[in-house]
Amino acid sequence: MTLSEKYKPLTDAATTSEVKDLQVREQDGVLYIDGSAATGAIKDQLWAKYDQIDPNFTSSDLVLNIKTSPDAAVTKVKVTTDSSNLNIRKGPGTDQPIVGKAAHGEIITLVSQASEQWWQVRTTDGEEGYAYAQYLTPEA
Amino acid sequence: MKIISKLMALSLALTLGFVGCKPKDADIKSNVETALKTNPEAAAISVSVTDAVATLSGEVKEASSKSSAETAAAGAKGVKSVVNNLMTAAPVVQAPVEIAPADALTAGVRDATKDFPTVNATVDPAGVVTLTGTIAKDKRIALMQAISSLKPKRIENKLTTN
Repeated sequence: MTLSEKYKPLTDAATTSEVKDLQVREQDGVLYIDGSAATGAIKDQLWAKYDQIDPNFTSSDLVLNIKTSPDAAVTKVKVTTDSSNLNIRKGPGTDQPIVGKAAHGEIITLVSQASEQWWQVRTTDGEEGYAYAQYLTPEA
Repeated sequence: MKIISKLMALSLALTLGFVGCKPKDADIKSNVETALKTNPEAAAISVSVTDAVATLSGEVKEASSKSSAETAAAGAKGVKSVVNNLMTAAPVVQAPVEIAPADALTAGVRDATKDFPTVNATVDPAGVVTLTGTIAKDKRIALMQAISSLKPKRIENKLTTN
């Protein structure tokens, strides 16, 4: 079975849920799937499919990169850490000094999406810096 | 008077005869549809016929399907001419696979694993990320999502779940 066949339920789901800029390529024994989902829920569905096909993700034959970049209209994001405060850093990287913190559940201002991983934010206290995007959920 | 009535009768007969011979648009439409059956993308093609002019519309993947559909429709019984409004879908351009440089990947992996103290991650020069250690079952996806977004060449996941 080829990799495209193995992961067909996943790519089919991506097509059905209208993932934009969907790219599916196979190279050196790895299938690379890239695209942009409209919502985090769609991204989660696709990862659930991946989990079904390759439980615990141990096959090392897929790199699934589904982005959920909020559109430019989004200016508020919610801090969705497990429970802890979210560090706000001077620059995009955990090697950067911490310049502030945002509480779990707090809604803060999204200044820009500096990279896929790091977003520039401003807290209600006016502290500005970079936070890890995985812990930020766009407010509708 | 006699001549006029004869002429009228003749013209009526001609008109009736002409209408009688002329296939109806609905019949032509079904002729065209039959002719298109052999087209590999027949399902994507819709046909309408007005006054024996067949119009083809829809979106096909191949330019060859577009031209062969036109030829087939033109050859169908009763078709006077064909308006080919078929569109060909823009080809999907596959972007080459992008692998992040090892140093950027190393920094990204460090950021992504910071909140997973039981996970050890290494990055080789080719961009292969190897994960060892343990992880809570409900955190697997979050970690894999974070690593996958960094454009690694491959993820060797040797984590055990607890």
